[in-house]
This record gives sequence, structure tokens and C-alpha cells, in this order.
Amino acid sequence: MSQFTPWSATFGGVLIGLAAVLLYRLNGRVAGISGIASGMLSVNPESKVWNYMFLLGMLLGPFLYAVFTGKLPAIEFNTSHPVIVIAGLLVGLGTKLGSGCTSGHGICGLARLSPRSLVSVFVFMFVAILVVSLV
Amino acid sequence: MATLEYRQGVGALVAGAVFGLGLSVSGMINPQKVLGFLDLFGDWDPSLVFVMLGGLVVTFFGYRYANGFQKPVNDDSYHSPKSKSIDKRLIIGAVLFGLGWGLSGLCPGPAISGLAVANFKSILFVISMFAGFYAGNVCLNRWP
Repeated sequence: MSQFTPWSATFGGVLIGLAAVLLYRLNGRVAGISGIASGMLSVNPESKVWNYMFLLGMLLGPFLYAVFTGKLPAIEFNTSHPVIVIAGLLVGLGTKLGSGCTSGHGICGLARLSPRSLVSVFVFMFVAILVVSLV
Repeated sequence: MATLEYRQGVGALVAGAVFGLGLSVSGMINPQKVLGFLDLFGDWDPSLVFVMLGGLVVTFFGYRYANGFQKPVNDDSYHSPKSKSIDKRLIIGAVLFGLGWGLSGLCPGPAISGLAVANFKSILFVISMFAGFYAGNVCLNRWP
């Protein structure tokens, strides 16, 4: 399906960790992407400028990659349109109810040794592996 | 001196860009690569384990370093999630997220960074994801 790339995977992971540490040290915020993105929908009067700026930065990331490597990162989909819509709805609803995704629970939460995050990561990994094995 | 809001915006922009770069370098921006990891009993690609390990080691020590300071650079206090309860909501949420992640190979970070490549399916996914966030908000307001 895809090739094992341990070096780029580790280096990319280190960059993701650096980003999480930067956001925490600078703004005191946890880098949970589902929370940052869904925060745009909240009517909370608290300032949300940093949410928008973080998401804008995320959009710039692949272009930064292109500056270094000369090409945008590959993105391949073998999934049909209806499944994309259903999956998107499930990811949005699930991360809202479960207060986090692969970044918030998987990286930040585990790094904080949060038992909640450990349970969440175990459950969503288990379910996702099950889905891929069965579908 | 620049206002606090402005400095927070710059900090978030830089952190977001490094995050998006990390997703690109690691290949996690590509849903087929993520599905390769989730295909544990098929043609397994363990790359995601290395992404997680690299990210976790840096974040673990980085958070400890940051917590050595009384407050973050651009705010009065650190905002860490406070909830400790492992409840129905957490589990149901993780199950639904796992279903969507397994079906598509996409989670929120790669979905948003992937918009940069301007693929119609990326856009469709992100619109659906925001509809899901909205549905989640409605649920949480109705059944707090």
C-alpha cells in the first residue's frame, strides 16, 4: 500500500513535536487540531485570532515543504465521495464529543501522561485498524 | 510594544507552519500512507509509529521545559485541559472518530494542511468535518 519511511517519519514527528512545544511555550496552548479548528465555530467572546493564525500556518506548511524539496507533498485518495463525506462527519462529531484527535490526545495528551488521552488513543486506533481490516 | 493578541497570532502562525511542515515531511498528510499504517494485518507500513515516537519525545521534554517557566511568553498562564473523567462521551467520541479515520485515513490535522494541495476530496472532507463539529456542538448543548 505504501512504503516504510522511518527517517522522514521520525524527522516529521520531531517537527510536529516542536510545533506543539512552540505553541505551548509561546501561547500556553495545547496543539489539538480538532479543538483549534472547531473553536472557530464557538460563540465564545474570547479572542480566537490565534486559532485562525494557527490554521493559516498549517496551510502554509506544505508550501514550506515545497520550498525545501521543490514539490508539494503527495496526497492520494482511493476513497469515494460519499465515504469521504461520511468519514468527515464522523471525524468532526467524534473529535468534538471526545475532546480531541490524533494531535490533541495522541501527541499532546500522551506527552502530558493524561489517562484520558491514553484511553482515547487506544480506542480510536483499535476502531480504525478494525475498520481497515474489515472494509 | 505589539499587543498581546498580535503576538499570540504570530506565535500560532509559526507553530502552525512547523506543524504543517512536519505533517508534510512525515508523509502523514497523505491519507493512503496513514491507511498503510492502519492496515496492520495487511501490507503494514509502520511509519506512523515513528512519527508518534519522534513527536512524543520532543513534546514530553518540551512541555517539562516550558513548565519550568511561570507563564507562557504571550499569556498570563498555561491553558492545559482540566478534565480528568473517562466517561461515555470520551469513549463514544473516540469510537466515532476511529470509524471516520479508518474509512478515510484522514484526521483533522492532515485534512486541514492537505487543503494546500487543493484536492476536491480534501475540501469535501473538511466541509463535512466542520458539519460534524457543528453537530457535536448541538449534541453537547442538548445533552450536557
